Amino acid sequence: MRLFWSYGLFISILCIIGFYCILVTYNLIRALVGLEILIKAATLLIIVAGYITGHEALAQSLVITLIVIEAVVITVAVGIVLGIRSHNNSLDARKIRNLKG
Amino acid sequence: MSVDIIILFTFIMAALWTVMTRSLLRSAIGLALTSAILSIIMFRLNSPLAAVFELSVCSGLISVLFISTISLTHPLTQKEVLEHMRERLARFWLLPFIVIVLGITLSLIDIRPVIKLPLPETVKDVRVVLWNLRQVDVMGQIIILLTGVFGVVILFKERVKK
Repeated sequence: MRLFWSYGLFISILCIIGFYCILVTYNLIRALVGLEILIKAATLLIIVAGYITGHEALAQSLVITLIVIEAVVITVAVGIVLGIRSHNNSLDARKIRNLKG
Repeated sequence: MSVDIIILFTFIMAALWTVMTRSLLRSAIGLALTSAILSIIMFRLNSPLAAVFELSVCSGLISVLFISTISLTHPLTQKEVLEHMRERLARFWLLPFIVIVLGITLSLIDIRPVIKLPLPETVKDVRVVLWNLRQVDVMGQIIILLTGVFGVVILFKERVKK
């Protein structure tokens, strides 16, 4: 279980980095980078859990599903970011005021 | 174990550099590096197939996607770059301190979580697990892929001229 805690420490730090990036940045592409880092933390957690419990095959199949979801989410999010950029001519979240009433 | 710790340190450093770097392009490259290091960790944790997927999709495809998106946006002027730099520094200076303090605090705490181990795995082959035991996951992947494809098609659909 010591192994789990060693990896858990690094996974927690990675989560903090991802959350901080999403919370602090105003750039939409950098927010997606933060999201990617959070997904990487989740991926590592699944792999470590699979390694410790001895269910590596199940963990790998879950990670493959996660990677597919990650790729699709990022593709659609990048499309939305490009659409926002073409409408507002900016990637700054503060300048997006189209829905402001 | 010491090699693993060194790789994990490199992993965290790469993630930190990805978030802290000024240029978006460097950030995308940092993300590819982070994925590549994660795939090494996966390989060391007996998950070679997932590692190959991570390396090819996350380190390759998603990085290309980010770099293409960045190339489609216009670069900032010199004045904007200077303003942006000061603003970013004011917002991001706290992150390295948080990471160091959290790392030291968590390493000092000696928690030994009690994990109830499940029954041993009967099927060891990933292909058998994915195609025979987790068929619903495969169906879900197909639906998500189609959702993504239709989403992108709708987003980039040309407007019909009246």
